[in-house]
Amino acid sequence: MTLEKTEWLRLEDKANDLRRLTLDTTYWAGAGHIGGAMSVLDILTVIYHKYLNYKLDDPAWPDRDRVILSKGHAGIAYAPLLADLGWNDKELLKTFTLTNSPMGMHLDASKVVGLDASTGSLGHGLPLAAGTALAARVQGKDWWVYCVTGDGELNEGSCWEAFMTLSHYQLDHVITVVDRNKYMIDGATEEVMALEPLADKLRAFGLNVIEVDGHSFADLADGIDTAKAHAGQPSAIIADTAKGAGIDFMEGQYIWHYGALDEAMYREAQASLARYYEKRKARVLREGK
Amino acid sequence: MAKGLVYTAVDSTELSTAEYYGKALVELGEQHPDVVALTADLGKSTKIGEFMKRFPERFFNVGIAEQNLFGVAAGMAKAGLVPFVSTFAQFAALRAGDQLSTDICYQNANVKVIATHAGTSFGQAGSTHHAISDLGVVRSLPNLTVIVPADSFETVNAIRLAYETAGPFYIRINRGFDHLLYPSSDYGFELGRAVTLHEGTDITVIACGSCAYQALTAAQFLRQADGLSVRVINMPTIKPLDADAVTQAVAETRRVITAEDHNVIGGLGSAVAEVVAASGKGCAFRRLGIADHFAPIGLHEDILSIEGVDSNGIVAAIREVMGADFEEDENWEDEV
Repeated sequence: MTLEKTEWLRLEDKANDLRRLTLDTTYWAGAGHIGGAMSVLDILTVIYHKYLNYKLDDPAWPDRDRVILSKGHAGIAYAPLLADLGWNDKELLKTFTLTNSPMGMHLDASKVVGLDASTGSLGHGLPLAAGTALAARVQGKDWWVYCVTGDGELNEGSCWEAFMTLSHYQLDHVITVVDRNKYMIDGATEEVMALEPLADKLRAFGLNVIEVDGHSFADLADGIDTAKAHAGQPSAIIADTAKGAGIDFMEGQYIWHYGALDEAMYREAQASLARYYEKRKARVLREGK
Repeated sequence: MAKGLVYTAVDSTELSTAEYYGKALVELGEQHPDVVALTADLGKSTKIGEFMKRFPERFFNVGIAEQNLFGVAAGMAKAGLVPFVSTFAQFAALRAGDQLSTDICYQNANVKVIATHAGTSFGQAGSTHHAISDLGVVRSLPNLTVIVPADSFETVNAIRLAYETAGPFYIRINRGFDHLLYPSSDYGFELGRAVTLHEGTDITVIACGSCAYQALTAAQFLRQADGLSVRVINMPTIKPLDADAVTQAVAETRRVITAEDHNVIGGLGSAVAEVVAASGKGCAFRRLGIADHFAPIGLHEDILSIEGVDSNGIVAAIREVMGADFEEDENWEDEV
């Protein structure tokens, strides 16, 4: 384990802030893709708050590392993160998905500062990531590209076209992170369109596959460190996550792919997140070094 | 206009339209290190092999995967390159339509799509390889400039212009050889500007791509045979359309025919019809093209003839419209 206890706790604090802000944004918006937002939040947190090379005062810095959120419906988690960095006014989160807001369900890179790609239609992120990495090669740059995908999204053939490209061109600076929350809109991934054995499939497509607990920062950090140390082959981290993580009544419930919150549910969700935070901190104190 | 070779009719006896594209792309590659070329296993068919030989580090074949092709190109463009992406028009506009819309147009990515085998120019391959609906799709995509060059020279000009102009382009060229409309590439091509190929006052034919030459031939024939004065307008830029050229033709000739190697729905004819309708000025109007069916298999020339968009078909349509009951006075108010 490479993640030190103090940094782990710092990430837990940040993730807790972002989970609460994501819940608030969902409440302000009236409804949102909260299930997949909560499952992916730790992934985005560790990328932005431990690994990503960027300049806070210059979000368009040409040599920055890139993040492509291929599961664009998690915009309701990503917008709070990009606002929290100071790149977008936090007050805008109160307008999320409202008419004429710069922030919609699927974020628009021409309106949201710090967003590298406009996504929403699934299966688009991985080809964009491959192109971004090839552009680095042509221009002699060495930026990293993090592509965060859903698991249901991997039904799209374009993902596998891109995996072939990543592998063929040995794009080892692309790290794909699959938010393996195991549910899609109509139910469990294994019931709607079975993905397993996912790790074997990715390996067969030429990826260096790393499997981690997607809600453990120590595990996620180990996974990304392993990926970054692996040369000559693109890496895919399969992050085992829970849809609706941290909110008891949502966890593992596919109906919370997209849902609306009334005030009572909002309060209950807040209380659940507070308990979740305490539980996670206790884990850090128990396991951290 | 970019610096480069001026191509002449001598070259056209040896090079197909796509080969002109291939040469123009090599020129751009020599001048600009940010130019990259991509294809999906159609490097040979789309004639960009020379670029591959000259600049192997800037050439990418993503395999038979058009969706991936456009996503990769958009990613490259967002990271500072200028990708020229070549595949068949049918695959560019339809197979990878969502990627064209979402990755390239929505993100206003600086990607130049060179869609080859336009219309029925790959006639013998049949409808899986004809592109008769692509203009209808791409014309409705915001941020996208759409050009249908009518010959090799116009193709070279469009390619150069696309590099010089930021934003996504869709340039639709034919498979094989095109008849030449211009004596050389140095004729003053401009984005969004129609080119009058033949002056006329009785009727106007607005055409693009293969049909521009067919319309010109029809006009020359009718001047001799019927003493008709037929205006022929080549409309290389489908979007943004030269609306002034259309309204001027409506006002001055009162009869307008469009001709294209595309479904009559959605392409040049529709674009011109929109301008005519919005002008508030009536005119006799016909759209020639593929009449909303899948075209037969055959030689390109034969299909144009069968579908009535070769010179004979255009002559017949002109005679029909000239014979239609239509008032010639300047009073617009009393027309049905």
